[in-house]
Amino acid sequence: MVIRAFTKPASYFVLIAVSLFFLMPVYVMIITSLKPLDEITLDQMWTLPSSLDFSSYGEAFSKLAPNLMNSFYLVIPATLLSALLGAMSGYVLSKWRFRGSEILFTLMLFGMFIPYQSILIPLIQFLREAGLYNSIPGLIFVHVVYGIPITTLMFRNFYVNIPDEMIESAKIDGANFLGVFRHIMVPLSVSGFVVVAIWQFTNIWNEFLFAVTITTADQQPVMVALQNLSGSQIVQWNVQMAGALLAALPTLLVYILLGKYFVRGLLAGSVKG
Amino acid sequence: MKKKLGLILMMILTLVLSACGSNTQTEEGSQGSSGGSGEKGKLDIFSWWTGAGEEDGLKALLALFEEKYPDIPIENAAVAGGAGTNAKAVLASRMQGNDPPATFQVHGGSELNDSWVAADKMEPLNDLYEQEGWNDKFPKELIELVSKDGNMYSVPVNIHRANVLWYNKKVFEENSLAVPTTFDEFFKAADTLKEKGITPLALGDKEPWAATHLFETVLLGELGAEDYKKLWTGELAFDDPKVKKAAETFKKMLTYVNEDHSSRNWQDAAQLVGSGEAAMNVMGDWAKGYFTNDLKLAVNKDFGYAPTPGTEGTFGVITDTFGLPKGLNNSEDVKKFLSVLGSVEGQDAFNPLKGSIPARIDADVSKYDQYGKDTMEDFKSAALVPSLAHGSAAPEGFVTKVNQAVNIFVTQGGVDQLVSTLQSAGTELK
Amino acid sequence: MEAVRKETAKGEKASKKSYSSDQWMALAFLLPSFLLIVIFVYGFIGWTGYVSLSNWNSLIPDFSFAGLKNYMYLFSDFRFQADLRNTLFFTILFIGLVILFGLSLAILLDQKLKGESIFRNIFFFPMALSFVVTGVVWQWLLNPSTGINLFLNTFGITPKWYTDTNILAGFQWGQIEFGLPAALIAVGIAAVWQMTGFSLAMYIAGLRAVPDETREAARMDGASEFQIYRQIILPQLRPITVSVIIIMAHISLKIFDLIYSMTGPGANFVTDVPGVYMFETTFRGNYYANGAAIAIIMLLSVAIFIVPYLLNSRKGEA
Repeated sequence: MVIRAFTKPASYFVLIAVSLFFLMPVYVMIITSLKPLDEITLDQMWTLPSSLDFSSYGEAFSKLAPNLMNSFYLVIPATLLSALLGAMSGYVLSKWRFRGSEILFTLMLFGMFIPYQSILIPLIQFLREAGLYNSIPGLIFVHVVYGIPITTLMFRNFYVNIPDEMIESAKIDGANFLGVFRHIMVPLSVSGFVVVAIWQFTNIWNEFLFAVTITTADQQPVMVALQNLSGSQIVQWNVQMAGALLAALPTLLVYILLGKYFVRGLLAGSVKG
Repeated sequence: MKKKLGLILMMILTLVLSACGSNTQTEEGSQGSSGGSGEKGKLDIFSWWTGAGEEDGLKALLALFEEKYPDIPIENAAVAGGAGTNAKAVLASRMQGNDPPATFQVHGGSELNDSWVAADKMEPLNDLYEQEGWNDKFPKELIELVSKDGNMYSVPVNIHRANVLWYNKKVFEENSLAVPTTFDEFFKAADTLKEKGITPLALGDKEPWAATHLFETVLLGELGAEDYKKLWTGELAFDDPKVKKAAETFKKMLTYVNEDHSSRNWQDAAQLVGSGEAAMNVMGDWAKGYFTNDLKLAVNKDFGYAPTPGTEGTFGVITDTFGLPKGLNNSEDVKKFLSVLGSVEGQDAFNPLKGSIPARIDADVSKYDQYGKDTMEDFKSAALVPSLAHGSAAPEGFVTKVNQAVNIFVTQGGVDQLVSTLQSAGTELK
Repeated sequence: MEAVRKETAKGEKASKKSYSSDQWMALAFLLPSFLLIVIFVYGFIGWTGYVSLSNWNSLIPDFSFAGLKNYMYLFSDFRFQADLRNTLFFTILFIGLVILFGLSLAILLDQKLKGESIFRNIFFFPMALSFVVTGVVWQWLLNPSTGINLFLNTFGITPKWYTDTNILAGFQWGQIEFGLPAALIAVGIAAVWQMTGFSLAMYIAGLRAVPDETREAARMDGASEFQIYRQIILPQLRPITVSVIIIMAHISLKIFDLIYSMTGPGANFVTDVPGVYMFETTFRGNYYANGAAIAIIMLLSVAIFIVPYLLNSRKGEA
């Protein structure tokens, strides 16, 4: 009991200290981006702004707005399409298994872990041939294809938990393959869809390697534009901070509003689910 | 029933989209990539000029063309980002896909000759040179940079100088220092500055080419124009004692740079000179635009310029040129654009805004600021040599390797290692 | 598995017509995904392997056979040797810290403290950010002349963070100095900041799976809290630690965005990694075959971890 009385405050102390470390970048990001121009000197980096000034957001937004839109055009269709493909293949791999389906599933899963550098050169050659290079549809295609393993895995793990008896009775009632999918699997996996959609939304929004190699200039998603904005003192760092915050906002909002589902997606990524 | 149908439709759509992806999406894609030679007549002018002054210069040039040839539609197809690296990647993909732009920006020298000309992707422009009487309007050494085996392949529009030493005037006056013209003077001045607690030389090699740029000017200073040029033709080996001497000098110079050089880019280094924290900086003369436009400093009042130590009378050339790719159906129109680009009027429309000097020697001096006037004067008389760091002296692959070796050298200072890397990379130069 | 077999058996008994049309539908559902993976993962890996054995080291493709030339070049290259060293030490540092932080925080949060969910959210949120955002922000925080050093300066400490070119505990090995590059610690801090949430989430889930009765029983036997964790709970978390190691290892081995946006290759390549080298040499230097060889080496290094893990976890489930 004595130990417990001692450990509790100590635990709080450690947790608060670590929290401060975790929040430090956010603090700097927010106060810097809200400072008026004359307070943006390095020695005032940590002090609170004397008055709120949103002009760095205006500047960052004017620089990033087209790329933000690109990201939305990219992320929404890519998320929906890859979720749909994942739901379809996850359904077959969980409820219509056949000889070799486990091997096939494992083969598909491997695609989720590969370093994408190892397919990048042929991918770019292919996109060029297909006329998709340097275009948002090209990036959508890429994210749909390389999203298949993770979405398949997630849906499969959801569907496995749906009892086979329900499917059996539906079949006795005359439902066929599509009927089972439509009337049992889809309604029962709405939360699964949410998890997958959030996961794909976050991943595709945050993705950088494909974005930087497949698109240029006005086709670039926001992360590449942010990277171009950063790293030098030509663009003032309050603008960089505001830009970073703007680029992070959509995924942060998703996390704040739907954090539970986000964490579920996180855990689903570890294969076993 | 309806729902079921919708589901099936959705599935078919997905199948079509994914399985036969290339078919359906080709059309969408070709809209995304800019219209190339396929659209008959439209000239897409490909460059990486999207920064402040350069974009204005390009627009002025395009406006001049539209004024002269109102019935030829023209399009600015500039690609931003990465100081030209993005644009080069896009260009490479378009050239490989047999979809070349009408004309494109390329540095004269190796970047033109060892890649696109060597790959037989460019038309010779000898007729155009003849017709416009350009053969004596551009310096002979400049024409050599855009020629291979006696054929000219592109038209230079501007000149930037690589070997410029920028210095903070106030710092030099306060310490009553003279601008160094030799390496000995440089090191003497640097020692004085160091004692006063001022960083003698600002360097920002976060992007490694900036260090290579400095090294190139040291090479030029130690070897002189003649021997420097011989390095790139293979007439002088990289293990020559003079190269080694240059590496030693470079090494010594690096002991005078700001400690945080590897976290700064070239603008951040120039800023150190602007604020007086550092006294000198070696950078190409695009830095002038940065000093005047971004830092609001006055030429010859806040900052001054001189050739880098030992390079008086030589001129490290970086020239942007435009050529004519093979396989276009509107090459006559492209030639009209190139003739405007190469004219006095065209060069004087572009260069004052871009902050460079014209490639022609008969341009209108009065349109340029004092730096421009001085540099145009030097350009006429100096020995012209190609820049290594900017792809004029040697192929991109060689430059990549030099950048790598210099990056290691900046930290380790291994003179022999640098020389041997240069030597082995140099064997690729043939 | 049992259920599946039953299902299949029943399916065979069902009428021929519906059986086959359902089979066709199942095939139609799976085939697009499967084909895409076969072509775009396995086919393309094969093509990359082919490129890595070719002479395509310029703008113009050249598929003539070069043997292992590109690989030989890489292993003799200072930059690539430095990359391998960096990846090795970064991976160890990163995984070690992520596990240490994740596990300790999970245990702290496991004590049913007030405000647990607030803390959890604070530790999780960086997971929702892009590595690029993390890189941009930490680049300023750990820049030697700004950020955290403004505090540390007052105590007279001025770490050089990611511009430090020292190799800790280094010794000369081949061309490179082998040891932990000090600059990687800065990158590690940013990476740990971002990824600790993952291991924390895994460990929290793991701790919740330990039944309260187990703990109660141990307490009854007079075990101290410390002993309960050491002897009962930690062993049960073993499989989770394995998962965390595998997942973090594959992230670390292919890391690109964080380093590219935070530090770049760094002076003397102290923060360079194969991902950055591959990108620069392929898409900036046009050494396609060299880039492909780097990519294949990256793939193999990831496969060493992933393939046994996949086979194992699939076996466990089937």
